[in-house]
Amino acid sequence: MMFHATQPQEIGASFLCPLYAGAGMAGARARRPAKIEWKRSIKTKMSDWVEQLIRVRDEKDETAFSELFAHFAPRVKAFLMKSGADATLAEECTQEVMAALWLKAHQFDPTRASVATWIFTIARNRRIDALRKQRRPEPEDLPWGPQAEPDQAEVLAMQQENTKLKNALRALPGAQRELIERSYFGELSHSEIAAETGLPLGTIKSRIRLALERLRHAMG
Amino acid sequence: MRWDENLKMTDINHHLTDALLMAYSAGSLPEGFGLVVASHISMCDECRARMESFDALGGTILENTEDTALAPESFGATLERIAKGAAAAPAPPAPKERPTIFPGPLVDYVGGDLDQVKWRSYGIGLKQALLPVARGSTVRLLYIPAGMAVPDHGHRGTELTLVLQGAFHDESDHFGPGDIEVADQDVFHTPTADQGQPCICLAATDAPLRFKDLLPRIAQPFLRI
Repeated sequence: MMFHATQPQEIGASFLCPLYAGAGMAGARARRPAKIEWKRSIKTKMSDWVEQLIRVRDEKDETAFSELFAHFAPRVKAFLMKSGADATLAEECTQEVMAALWLKAHQFDPTRASVATWIFTIARNRRIDALRKQRRPEPEDLPWGPQAEPDQAEVLAMQQENTKLKNALRALPGAQRELIERSYFGELSHSEIAAETGLPLGTIKSRIRLALERLRHAMG
Repeated sequence: MRWDENLKMTDINHHLTDALLMAYSAGSLPEGFGLVVASHISMCDECRARMESFDALGGTILENTEDTALAPESFGATLERIAKGAAAAPAPPAPKERPTIFPGPLVDYVGGDLDQVKWRSYGIGLKQALLPVARGSTVRLLYIPAGMAVPDHGHRGTELTLVLQGAFHDESDHFGPGDIEVADQDVFHTPTADQGQPCICLAATDAPLRFKDLLPRIAQPFLRI
């Protein structure tokens, strides 16, 4: 695991780390007692934009939205331009994507995705629609939406995984990273995509899998 | 995924490949493949989690993308769009209200469940229905009567076959509801529907489909009998 002390969510990572040290079920059990302690620290430390998005969702908070906009809109536009949109189309689509962020905030589940991931999926769908002029068949929604009050520890754990993934991607050799990026900019066809990313996607998958199972159990 | 008495997640033994999931997440799959992938994910939590982890990779790439300057009016224009309620992303299909054999995305393409399919019959009980998708792939529903064999079909490109009802087996494997077979063009086999009930599958291929292929690929071997 890599740490950059400048990023608050990774200070959280070092805090969590010993809890993950126990393998298998022992580790899972060990997490429980720590939960209450976490809540206090997470309330103030929750970062990676989840807090802003929840303020947009619950309070229609324009300040929170403007922070999200300042961070993500220029990236969404760059992503769309790298995917082949000209500046005018990319600008228009970016505005639509950011508007969708506000309008669909209730669909965001921070136990299953980071804000960046969720915005990526909106931008990608907009790209397929605008550039490829195709429909994108979407999986059926789960019969239950995201929980209104997601477990803070689960939210933090998801952020952890995303931070690890971000660091792992940065650590990849340039050529390998570029190939993955080109795949996501839509430059490679499905037969050209090499799914062997060399990235630790297994851990993030396990976390999402747990979140899905928890949701099912919560619904009884 | 489906959550009923007949189809539990643990019943699914054949899953999507990483390459298909990553391409779906990256948004580069042809529409017909996308439909099969989205249908399987609707039935399979394991592949849903795998897909969402590939989405996470996309999110990471978005986060790492260098900024591009926005138009000066960008923020204000976005607020106006919000005021107008102009949503951009298409909403995913709503969960089904009643049990159907078709997963949500397929219901969208068929315009209903099994009873709405416009089958074309090829005699001897075999039926198929092409579904409308953009160029680049072909996707269709297949209805294979119980016990019937669909003899060797060499296909070009990749073929994805998702079992929706019943089951089929070939020389080496067995595919039940929710299972997906990913066959490259060098796969030659004789899929045979299990006894008991008809097998209904959703199948997509990315090879350009010539009109002539439709009938001979399936019916010709039977006509020879």
